[in-house]
Amino acid sequence: MPIIVKNLTHIYMPGTPFESVALQDVNWTVEDGEFWGLIGHTGSGKSTLIQHLNGLLKPTSGEVIIDGVNINERGVNLKEIRQKVGLVFQFPEHQLFEETVEKDVAFGPRNMDLPEEEVNRRVKEALELVGLNYNEIKDRSPFELSGGQMRRVAIAGVLAMKPKVLILDEPTVGLDPKGRDEILREIVKLREEQNITVILVSHSMEDIAKLVDKIAVMHKGRIVDSGTPKEIFKNYQGLISIGLDIPQITHLMLRLKQKGKDVATDVLSVDEAEAEILKVVRGKGRA
Amino acid sequence: MREITIGQYIPGNSAIHRLDPRTKILITFAFMILLFVIDDFTGYVFPVAFIIAASILSGISVRYMVRGLRPLLVIILLTFILNLFLIKGRVIYEIGPLSITYEGLYQGTFMVLRLVLLIVGTSLLTLTTSPITLTDGIESLLKPFSKIGVPAHELAMMMTIALRFIPTLMEETDKIMKAQMARGADFSSGNIIKRAKSVVPILVPLFISAFRRADELAMAMESRCYRGGENRTRMKKLQMTWEDLAAFIATGVLAAGCLASRFLW
Repeated sequence: MPIIVKNLTHIYMPGTPFESVALQDVNWTVEDGEFWGLIGHTGSGKSTLIQHLNGLLKPTSGEVIIDGVNINERGVNLKEIRQKVGLVFQFPEHQLFEETVEKDVAFGPRNMDLPEEEVNRRVKEALELVGLNYNEIKDRSPFELSGGQMRRVAIAGVLAMKPKVLILDEPTVGLDPKGRDEILREIVKLREEQNITVILVSHSMEDIAKLVDKIAVMHKGRIVDSGTPKEIFKNYQGLISIGLDIPQITHLMLRLKQKGKDVATDVLSVDEAEAEILKVVRGKGRA
Repeated sequence: MREITIGQYIPGNSAIHRLDPRTKILITFAFMILLFVIDDFTGYVFPVAFIIAASILSGISVRYMVRGLRPLLVIILLTFILNLFLIKGRVIYEIGPLSITYEGLYQGTFMVLRLVLLIVGTSLLTLTTSPITLTDGIESLLKPFSKIGVPAHELAMMMTIALRFIPTLMEETDKIMKAQMARGADFSSGNIIKRAKSVVPILVPLFISAFRRADELAMAMESRCYRGGENRTRMKKLQMTWEDLAAFIATGVLAAGCLASRFLW
């Protein structure tokens, strides 16, 4: 189920003194099963862009085509599109409202008018997908859970709709390191098990470098660069000039290179860096 | 949600923007009272000219101000229609049991014009005055009454906080609505009961977040030793200038015109 974005421009409050251009001529294609990272400075248009991908916002001009359906067309079934493209907002725990975890997760599937057994089955499945014990948690109030648990319940609320594309806006922001790792691990697991397309919006270059297959870089409402993490992080000067950064470990390798060590600089993980440094050190030892 | 602009402050540095907030509040009051002094159409020449002059000076077009009327269109139309049909007099046209009279038409148009001027005039105040300056002005004007127990500073602080959080809460509502829509919620179809029920998933998270914010704000104020209005000095003192004087003179002319139109002509 590919998503195609063509010449997308979005202007907030056109024709008033508060007019602002949030997206300008954005072109982007997300193919089936891809894992994208979307990076950009605050206010670069990431949130506006992802809200177009499930029809929450409509383009001012340009097209967004989801699974062959143009969201601009009259009489488009937006509910169906929102079921196919699951969107997890920043701080999704702020959207919880039901008395029990079970009811809250069931909100999405119920809106889809599924039969009751199917709703129950999905709630159970979604809660287990995010690593929560269904029987233990289902009757508790979502407001008495810990921050990490609340977030997982909220993510489960989107997963219960069985989306084919999952978009996560900063899913780890504000969590402790343990909660962060768990959520990211679950996203990876989910992708492997369910074979869904994932788009991850994040400020953490480490997470992005570690997880995704492809990166799109946004700046001032445009996608200024896209490609594999190695390609993107090669252009570290460009990234730094628009207020972004490269992974710490890539920084280290760049510094080593500057000091005259013959290491590769397109290294994105600690393991890779270790291998690369050992190679250089041992190579020297032998000579 | 974000598209509501009625009376929202437009930053600027025009002569009207620069006026002391107290001047603007007092003039707005005077303007409102004078509108009720006028008793025939010719009298409207003065407030209309006043608004146009203020619009030119402030750099905010009359068209933009009139656009702010759109949310109040129902009230305006209702006023017109009620006047049109309910006032007795010389009949112009009859539809079944209802009849339109000459007096009704006159009175309806007259009332609508008054209402429109009232809204446009007051919106000019909020369009050109930032909420913070506005509450500063109100506090300053209420100060004399603090001797008889009006908590001027506290009232102003409450207003400042309330105004400060309107955009925040609107944004929050927008976000929560979108999050629930992403989960298939539907706010625009179904009967009244269904629609009323559909706001629960918005209201609960909104209240929770409002209480959380209030709590955090109180904590932040206390940890900076806030303790109300006594002996508090201000960083920016309000100061009247010759521009304020000019504004008062213009208002004086307006008042003279309105009074003359009622009592002399």
